[in-house]
Amino acid sequence: MISILVIGSLLIVVGFWGLLTRKNLIKMVLSIAIAETGLQLVMISIGYIKHGTAPIISGPVTGADAASMVVDPVPQALVLTAIVIGVAVNALLLSYVVSLYRKKKSLDISDFKELKW
Amino acid sequence: MFQIAIFIMGVSMIAGAVLAIVSRSLIVSVVAVGVVSLFASVLYLFLSAPDVAMTEAAIGAGLSTVIFLYAVKKTRNRDMEND
Amino acid sequence: MIKKAVSFVVIAIFSLMLFAVIKEWETASRLKPLAREYVTREPAELGASNLVTAIVVTYRGLDTLGEVTVLFLAAAGVGLFLKLRDREKKTPRRNSSEILKTGITFVLPAIIMFGVYIFLNGHLTPGGGFQGGAVIASGVLLLLLTFPDYRPKYGAIHTIESLSGTFYVLAGIAGLVLAGGFLDNRFLPAGNFGQILSAGAIPLIYTFIGLKVGTELTGILSNMKGE
Repeated sequence: MISILVIGSLLIVVGFWGLLTRKNLIKMVLSIAIAETGLQLVMISIGYIKHGTAPIISGPVTGADAASMVVDPVPQALVLTAIVIGVAVNALLLSYVVSLYRKKKSLDISDFKELKW
Repeated sequence: MFQIAIFIMGVSMIAGAVLAIVSRSLIVSVVAVGVVSLFASVLYLFLSAPDVAMTEAAIGAGLSTVIFLYAVKKTRNRDMEND
Repeated sequence: MIKKAVSFVVIAIFSLMLFAVIKEWETASRLKPLAREYVTREPAELGASNLVTAIVVTYRGLDTLGEVTVLFLAAAGVGLFLKLRDREKKTPRRNSSEILKTGITFVLPAIIMFGVYIFLNGHLTPGGGFQGGAVIASGVLLLLLTFPDYRPKYGAIHTIESLSGTFYVLAGIAGLVLAGGFLDNRFLPAGNFGQILSAGAIPLIYTFIGLKVGTELTGILSNMKGE
């Protein structure tokens, strides 16, 4: 539906705005999480068929005319993967943040400016 | 009827996302991102996607919020903070 | 000042791209050809009721294998950076309330049984390995929150995780040797449509995925809790 497409796009823009303007490391990881949620909403709402039902074959949705009653199942399979990978990447990013904090006692990204070379 | 519910949930999701970014307290930001995930899980039901709704509710609104709260606890110093 | 201008330009370009997608969008009224192919071929060929499960486990099985690998790498990375160490100072902790300690004896077995039910019935109702694993990890999280000095048995968790991952790949190789290709589910009998022992090897594969994801998320949570 187009309203959920608009909501998802606004969430992506808000997430990227937060990533570009904030300096706190945990706020940056939170903005990445918000942008990922918006992107998954956009992907599922692209696969919506008008007056479609859930892609499960039982009851009135059987047989040869299932293809005219269900919504698109392929984006749902991809978003299932994307949600789990999103939480794994968030956990790994947060473990980097905690490890950096233990080194320098600061969560501000402008304190981590020196490179090794 | 559904359009009104989608509109109210959409407005609260965008408001929650903006609140998460401008708030001064990290705990408020983490809870706001949890609320965004929760409403996204309800919107997936409106889009006839029960598998995705279950996954988002269990992983996004549950475990991800707890992981963020553990990280906030480990990086808290006694004199507060942040941008 | 220039940083604000650059970020404003980037956000404006993003919004323009997204607006160009939304402006001429109309909701489709027929399935696309690939989806129609999957939906019409699937009941006779694979025998699973849940179409999303059939796509995730068999038609797009390699993506699921990649996702399980990414989850494993992330759990290993978290374990590397946040090594558990013995508590240096024993800060006195408040005991949890009576409600938590009494309630957990009723609720925890039900949560774990519910998680197992979700991934065993993945091919019939909405659900599957990832959702069931997340529910099991939530149950162990409840245990971690109620008893602050509780440590899960890491030997058992790592053994279950490694064995489940190995058996998942072995099931894929069994599909290669005994049936059509890697992660083909037809090497076990298809059974009656809509019963629990149907759809070939899909319940078996989802059981392994569910156990692996559950123990991995438990490992991530207890590493992030620390101590």
